[in-house]
Amino acid sequence: MNNVTHSNIASLSKSQLQQAIVKGLDFRVGLFNIRLVSSIKELVPHMYNLYGAYELLAKDSFIDFHVRLSSPSALRRYIRPQVSFFLDGYAPFKPLPYLQASALFEWGLNWCIASHANQYLIIHAAAVERNGQAFILPGTPGSGKSTLCAALVGNGWRLLSDEMTLLSTYDGKIYPVPRPISLKNQSIEVIRKHLPQSVFGQIVNDTVKGTVGHLCPPEFNVQMGTRPALAAKLIFPKYKQGTKTELTTLSKGKALLRAAGDCFNYNLLGVQGFDSLSGLVDQCACYEFQYSSLDEALILFTEISN
Amino acid sequence: MKRPLLSLVMLNPKQVLELNLPQWDLLIRQARRANVLASLAELLNANVVEIPERARLHLKSAQIHADRFNIALAFEIKCIQKALKDIPMALVLLKGSAYFMAENNAAKGRVFSDVDILVPEQQLMAVEMALTNAGWMTNTLDPYDQKYYRLWMHEIPPLRHLKRQTSIDVHHNILPKTSGKYPDANKLLANCIKVPKYNIWVLAAEDRVLHSATHLFHEGDFTQGFRDLLDLDNLLKEFATSDDFWIKLLQRAKELKQQIPLYYALRYTQKIFLTPVPEKVLLLSKQQMPNHINTVVMDALFLRALLPDHDSCNDKWTGLARSLLFIRSHWLKMPVYLMVPHLLRKTYRRVLGKELH
Repeated sequence: MNNVTHSNIASLSKSQLQQAIVKGLDFRVGLFNIRLVSSIKELVPHMYNLYGAYELLAKDSFIDFHVRLSSPSALRRYIRPQVSFFLDGYAPFKPLPYLQASALFEWGLNWCIASHANQYLIIHAAAVERNGQAFILPGTPGSGKSTLCAALVGNGWRLLSDEMTLLSTYDGKIYPVPRPISLKNQSIEVIRKHLPQSVFGQIVNDTVKGTVGHLCPPEFNVQMGTRPALAAKLIFPKYKQGTKTELTTLSKGKALLRAAGDCFNYNLLGVQGFDSLSGLVDQCACYEFQYSSLDEALILFTEISN
Repeated sequence: MKRPLLSLVMLNPKQVLELNLPQWDLLIRQARRANVLASLAELLNANVVEIPERARLHLKSAQIHADRFNIALAFEIKCIQKALKDIPMALVLLKGSAYFMAENNAAKGRVFSDVDILVPEQQLMAVEMALTNAGWMTNTLDPYDQKYYRLWMHEIPPLRHLKRQTSIDVHHNILPKTSGKYPDANKLLANCIKVPKYNIWVLAAEDRVLHSATHLFHEGDFTQGFRDLLDLDNLLKEFATSDDFWIKLLQRAKELKQQIPLYYALRYTQKIFLTPVPEKVLLLSKQQMPNHINTVVMDALFLRALLPDHDSCNDKWTGLARSLLFIRSHWLKMPVYLMVPHLLRKTYRRVLGKELH
């Protein structure tokens, strides 16, 4: 038995964490090793509040993504301050206002994984697990997938990932990337009411996506980070105000076409992408799901996972 | 000179066997920034070396991307062929797509953004019309940019396909008309060779090297400099197996007035990749230079700008070297009376936020 325990980010005090981020904070998110370098103070509470459970890496680890957040130019440190996201010196996005640094970090990390991990078919979907069954919830922004995901996770489901589901093209399993769950606009209040214990990071207003808040993932989900799961259900959720809770079976063909449209790298993977996705659709029961009440949704999801 | 880890591995792939994890980390980073990650993957695969799992995943991911790119490229070239089939001319591919069709080693893992073609100047209008009819549209509607390209450049403004969003650069020469040393394009076309399998044309081997050299050593933006120099290294190594290649290359450089870029290409591939250029060829190349070049100054600039655009390869002078080479590229492309207003105009537009680069 290997008794080496790794220390996690929570073992650092706030000021130690700040110093570490300035020099380079090395930590593991699922299967990815990240180095974050930044002197932006706004990032410290974000990392302190939401990333405590994440494991610090041993010295001399291989880092998958060298991430830096800083002002795009010296001038922009003082006049209408801005922040840029860099992957090893390359800035994939235009700079954002300084106060959106934590949101930019989360989006940037999504981009890193989505554009550099072609060993997976990457589906724009949340993935949660209960009783050894993974549920994949693809959805366009506004479909209520993150809200549903947050509620499920708050009620004991395992969070595999919120923003993107990683389907391995080698073994067909779902690999976890447990990250803070990104909630937008009214969803933040909905989840706060539903899960009064929930911990949010800084709420960032006026982003391109409106108001954004990140919800802290449960500690044990982060720590069991690398264990893959088997997909059992593919459910396309749709939040619609005032509607009744309704689960409709979706034909495999339709499910395949819809899921293909929700992938980041389906075309890029070519035949491999088709094979992996049809494998997933074959092994899953596929549904469309309409809801307006989280409580009802939870009952139904628990039922079909038993 | 101190070579970056990436060039050491490129010239001796077995060297990776001695790397520790942080060195692998650095190798992958340098290769990604230099846009040669998939090429590195091909090279390491060919040499059957053991690769740590994390590094292997990055290489594999880049390779999957490059494989997909090649399928899309083959399709794109077919579309271009179809669009231009009624124009009585040989369709000549340049640079990346030429290496790909001619199955040159330089094409392995190479990912790029535009297809470049060379057409006779008198067919330029017909070609543009045919491409427009087939769904390509000009990328820029700005009247100044349109005028700039059509009056002074060696290509028309880039065209973008409306549906596929792919880009094509239609050239009628390999250097702008405003540069002092542009070659006679008919000479390039006259020596083209056919790739029978695909019924398409590429420049002759020597001309492919010279174009690659000319392109790189007139360049203002060296973000891809290392990759382009690696192309030259690959092309030279591949073509040097034929006996009279070096002699023909030197002769051809003179005929096409490209002695200076050729000398730089030979000098810097040798310095950075230890490309086996015969001493005598390097000497002859230097002798046939039309004017004296201060190699101390040029080394100081190029030996910085041609390294991967990554922090670990930069020193405190790299930024300055790249800026000076940017100015140099305009100096070579156009006379001062055109350059000054052009750069002022570009700067003014950039300040207004109308231009991104």
